[in-house]
Amino acid sequence: MLEPLQEPFVQRALAELVLVGIAGGALGCWVVFYGFSYAAESLSHSLFPGLVLASIAGLPLLFGATPAIVLAAVAIALAARIAGVSRDAAVAVVVTTMFGLGALLALAPASPPGIEALLFGDVFGVSDADLAIAAVLVVLIAVALRLLHGRLLIAGFDRGTARSLGVSPPLVDAALLLLLGAGIVVAVQGLGNLLVVAVFVGPAAAARRLSDRMLPMMLLAAGLAVLAGLAGLYLSYYAGTAGGASVALAIVAIYLLSLPLGQLRARRRPAPLPSGATIG
Amino acid sequence: MSAAALIEAKGFASGYDGAVAISGVEFSLGEGQTLALLGPNGGGKTTLLRALLGELPTLAGTLSVTARCGTVPQTERSRLDYPVSALDVATMGTLPSLPWWRRPGRRERDAAAAALDRVGLRALAEQTFGRLSGGQRQRVLIARALVQDAGVLLLDEPFSGLDRPSGEGLEALIGELAGEGRGIVIATHDLEQARACDLVLCINKLQVACGEPDQVLDDLGVLEATYGGAIVELPGGGGRAILPPHHHHH
Repeated sequence: MLEPLQEPFVQRALAELVLVGIAGGALGCWVVFYGFSYAAESLSHSLFPGLVLASIAGLPLLFGATPAIVLAAVAIALAARIAGVSRDAAVAVVVTTMFGLGALLALAPASPPGIEALLFGDVFGVSDADLAIAAVLVVLIAVALRLLHGRLLIAGFDRGTARSLGVSPPLVDAALLLLLGAGIVVAVQGLGNLLVVAVFVGPAAAARRLSDRMLPMMLLAAGLAVLAGLAGLYLSYYAGTAGGASVALAIVAIYLLSLPLGQLRARRRPAPLPSGATIG
Repeated sequence: MSAAALIEAKGFASGYDGAVAISGVEFSLGEGQTLALLGPNGGGKTTLLRALLGELPTLAGTLSVTARCGTVPQTERSRLDYPVSALDVATMGTLPSLPWWRRPGRRERDAAAAALDRVGLRALAEQTFGRLSGGQRQRVLIARALVQDAGVLLLDEPFSGLDRPSGEGLEALIGELAGEGRGIVIATHDLEQARACDLVLCINKLQVACGEPDQVLDDLGVLEATYGGAIVELPGGGGRAILPPHHHHH
């Protein structure tokens, strides 16, 4: 069991997947409750040209991903301000433009081969520099989530009254999207452009069925995501399957497992009090 | 009339993006007074509540609110699948009093627990919010407003969807909170509920009337101006009722 862990490239892959799991699981809980799954998908696709440029320049992918994601966010915000353009139309136009641009660059004759790694991830190809940047980003995400916890909780609970509690829902949305962008930058190296959304949705959706308090749910989602990363890593190592796809498969398996477990748990709970019941 | 006015509006108008949505609002709410806010959907009840919270600009006249307002929204507007306990929700009310970097600590949770106790829910503090009954959820949201040390409570349709015992219990609680000197504003569709208040304010974009329940509610002209043709005379001298409103959220 421990044999693959002797290899440095497997050790680096494991470290990357632990970082991805922490960021994906914890952020994913908010993504699920804020209805940001489509935003996560869109952000990840729109950083594709950045990944291609970084790979052409031989830089860590994160250096390309960050400006691309910022550019996409600004473009979406600007496009949505044009009269007659709805927000989801703005997202769709910007995302397809960015993804198309990325494909154009990747398929240019001058570009080096290896587009699959960018689309589907190359968890065994993670460099020490990638890991260091990812670790810094994960620490920043964790600190930000702790500072913003109360505000995220309030705005997600009831947007209408958030302001009366001193919380601005648009600001909270923007902060969460920013963190999501950082999380995607961490995860894209391992899971690739097309599969990265899995880690922000699957573990959180599974944890939601197994927990009814926010903090335990976030910890559980992070744990499940790390577990899925480990399972995917072994699957990939022994079965020779693609790393990112193996992890995504493990995430789906964990979600499917959570369905009967969640039902079992619901059956064990006492029935809620009837509405007229007197309370001591 | 009570001594100190918590809310004083004179010829007040407000709205969104500079466009007037409500105007001619004129009333005064003293300590311990309850005010029923009547009006059709889209008539400006929610707009007035938001203006009282300071979320909307004054477009004409004056509005002075001397006490902190705590808002008690309809419970269906909050997420019932949210992973929070009753205590978590009540604790949300402590956030405005904390510096931005601090999380609610023991003192804040104690204050929230005391507020839950005040509304009769101490035993259910650890229950998941979405698994409480409608009346219990309404009480949790009142506790959240009490934690904010609110001198005025703004309740939006607090009785909608409640069965009779829950409604009566809530009514008694609101009476007690007014008895402590709090001002209470209740947006409602229920004329009987309005009759139990000290003051009734009818609004349909323009303020139609404001006064004691007997003066306002027995004046068919006022009710017609407020609701248009939606009032029906109940058979057998059962009084008047408003045709069931469409429920749509803005």
